[in-house]
Amino acid sequence: MNWGSWQNFLAMGGYGLYVWGSYAVTLAVLVAEILALIARRRGVIERLAKFYAARRRNDETEV
Amino acid sequence: MIKSNRFSWFLFSSPQSFYPLAGALQPWFALLAVALCAAGLYIGFFVAPTDAQQGESYRIIFIHVPAAWMSMFLYLVMGFWSGVGLVLNTRLSSMVATALAPTGALFTFIALWTGALWGKPTWGTWWVWDARLTSELILLFLYIGFMALQAAIDDPRRADKAGAVLALVGVINIPIIYFSVQWWSTLHQGASVSMKSAPTMAATMLLGMLVMALGFWMYSIAATLARVRCVILERERHTDWVAAEIGAQK
Repeated sequence: MNWGSWQNFLAMGGYGLYVWGSYAVTLAVLVAEILALIARRRGVIERLAKFYAARRRNDETEV
Repeated sequence: MIKSNRFSWFLFSSPQSFYPLAGALQPWFALLAVALCAAGLYIGFFVAPTDAQQGESYRIIFIHVPAAWMSMFLYLVMGFWSGVGLVLNTRLSSMVATALAPTGALFTFIALWTGALWGKPTWGTWWVWDARLTSELILLFLYIGFMALQAAIDDPRRADKAGAVLALVGVINIPIIYFSVQWWSTLHQGASVSMKSAPTMAATMLLGMLVMALGFWMYSIAATLARVRCVILERERHTDWVAAEIGAQK
């Protein structure tokens, strides 16, 4: 498939809005999921580190 | 012989041994996903020709059909692991089911969204309440319902069981989606993705679609592995090995 020019490629034979609207939202959704997963992992590690620190402090005061 | 068989079956069934395995495999699946999607998009936009009837609008197919396949397939996988967790009471199976739901919901949303953007130029409407579209929308609600139900129950073991029952009941919707185009008169076309034009065209279109489907599949595995690792850490936080793991991370 030879598109000839960028304009032709972006125009998608007049269906540019539909084709690129599909691809853009798909990309956005997948990128959002990846970012959410990275944030979740950071959050879990952060929260659990605090949880263990609190538990350690608790153990020390009890003993 | 039997003993060694059992050993291999259950070797990675504990969260503690699965966690590092998932971590080791995840980047490879992510890499495969990127490579396959790049190849699929190249085929879809630069090898596959213009469709005789639909022009360039058909190029939505390279994400629409793979996303729709994944939405159904991931639900079946989720139902399977839910069922295993329910019957065998294995924690990890239920955690995998929990981790699959958001990715499945995203692919369902993508299938619906791209379907609307494809429906407008080809059917003249964004949406129609035909059997295929409606049952796919119900699939989205099943995923959301599964996640909401699990989030609403504090005790994770009870959340697993409740979610599993919902997931298993919802499996009935998958054959309904798949066969809806045969069982009812739908605006949505049948399974043979209108490749009635020259067979050489059909080959590259089909190839692009299959490569994208493989890419989405690998992406789903990578995302699920990443998520199940978070779920494992959260739910196994009272174990020594998670404490050690967090200690090593900080």
